[in-house]
Amino acid sequence: MYKIEAYLRPASLEKVQEALAAVGIAGLSVLEVRGFGRQRGHREVYRGAEYTVDFVPKIKVEVAVKESDKQPAIDAIVAASKTGQTGDGKVLVSAIVEAVRVRTGETGDSAL
Amino acid sequence: MKDRFRKAPLLAIATVVMGGATQVLGEDITSLEGFQAMPLAYPKFMIDNLWILISAALVFIMHLGFATLETGLTRQKNTVNILFKNIFIVNVGIITYALTGFNTMYPGDFNDFISIGGAIGFDDAVANMTANYADYTYWSDFIFQAMFAATAATIVSGAVAERIKLSSFMVYATLLVAFLYPIAGSWKWGGGWLDDMGFYDFAGSSVVHAFGGFSALAMVLVLGARKGKYVNGQIRPILGHSMPLAAIGVFLLWLGWFGFNGGSVLSADPGLVSLVFVTTSLAAAGGALASIFVSIVYLKKPDVSMALNGILAGLVGITAGADTVIWSSAIVIGAIAGAIVVFAIVLIDRIRIDDPVGAISVHGICGIWGTIAVGIFSTNPEHSLSTQIIGTLSYASFAFFASLILALVLKSTVGLRVTEQEEDEGLDLAEHGQPAYADFQHITN
Repeated sequence: MYKIEAYLRPASLEKVQEALAAVGIAGLSVLEVRGFGRQRGHREVYRGAEYTVDFVPKIKVEVAVKESDKQPAIDAIVAASKTGQTGDGKVLVSAIVEAVRVRTGETGDSAL
Repeated sequence: MKDRFRKAPLLAIATVVMGGATQVLGEDITSLEGFQAMPLAYPKFMIDNLWILISAALVFIMHLGFATLETGLTRQKNTVNILFKNIFIVNVGIITYALTGFNTMYPGDFNDFISIGGAIGFDDAVANMTANYADYTYWSDFIFQAMFAATAATIVSGAVAERIKLSSFMVYATLLVAFLYPIAGSWKWGGGWLDDMGFYDFAGSSVVHAFGGFSALAMVLVLGARKGKYVNGQIRPILGHSMPLAAIGVFLLWLGWFGFNGGSVLSADPGLVSLVFVTTSLAAAGGALASIFVSIVYLKKPDVSMALNGILAGLVGITAGADTVIWSSAIVIGAIAGAIVVFAIVLIDRIRIDDPVGAISVHGICGIWGTIAVGIFSTNPEHSLSTQIIGTLSYASFAFFASLILALVLKSTVGLRVTEQEEDEGLDLAEHGQPAYADFQHITN
């Protein structure tokens, strides 16, 4: 089991959701997050004074998948959110040690 | 067609006010001339009085406008505090105006400079309630002026937002609205020395707006900038948290301005009130377009908060001469105000004077401009540029120095500013122990 955390442009959420559904991913969580990467934010103007947006608004999509779904899910996220411009984001993958479905008590892959 | 449209409502009014017995008038009411020849003293009084009361209600709505505008242009962690200040000001304004303000501002015969009055009311019941008093009753006069009074203190509220200590602001606002504003107001509207000089300020570009704006300037100078606004010699803009609230506020203020200026005709005079509606709106529109244009060309961005400030700048600008300039002059006055306000906001920010809502620029600078504009654009040859300049500078400097003294006294006694920790936490929690938006929210701002 793997947890896929994708930091993406807020505008890409709908496409990512559709792409994940198309490869059979049954559920996902979305968080509104702020942060910066190599660009270190960007410049804006408010009432005539420039300022740096240090923490750019992003969405973080979290999906828990079984081994066989890992690569299709990553590919779906990347394909759906890539614009080729800086700020497209990152996909991080980590191993999940255990999973439990609260309602039934099922564990492992069947809990996902 | 035109005639029919005109007669129908006239007949209706005549029928209603004369108890339906049109024939007892003994006048031909099928012509405009006949209608105007009717004995109209009482219906005229009723309509004039009603218009003043409607205007008072419209000016009341301006307090909601100020509250939402200030809320929108500041951070959400100070929202409860701003609403609280606005609630306090309008209420303490009305009560102090009843206790002393009204009779201080309109003292009758006095020494032309200062006369602290007592509470409202006088013994002559007939004069209170009839045209012996004015085109409106004594009570209408009071409530209309009372609604005006609190606006001066509300202007200050926005400029000092996000760092002033609530208790000190309450003391300051009370003294301002109870004494400073009525004393200054008596110089012109109470028949004092500026009135004697021939100074003209129709609805208060100087009496209300420059007064409020320069009071705000003094307070901000003593108070200092918000923490984090000017760091290492750099300006770090602090963004307002709700442009929808700011927009609601400005549109409400525009609505209220129909009463602010329209009611200042002090009767329902058809020609003057309609002229004032037109000049007021044209100036607001001119101010908005000019500020949008300057914002795009000079700031390279169509800044919505500047466009909103442009509307207000135009409204403040026309307030001194709304009944005495032609329609095209109103556009010019408003447009110049709208251009001034963008440059003023940027300049004031660059010299490290932190005014979150632009009150000093909108009300102070544009108030002076509007008053001077009467000397340039007025159709009345008796209005002189030099008198207008003397008058508006008198208001600006009195407001500035009186507020400066109050600010310094408060600073050296109870303190004017919250602690750094309270400022970081936000005044909502630090002063009121209550967030404006409960439950999960962005907490970074």
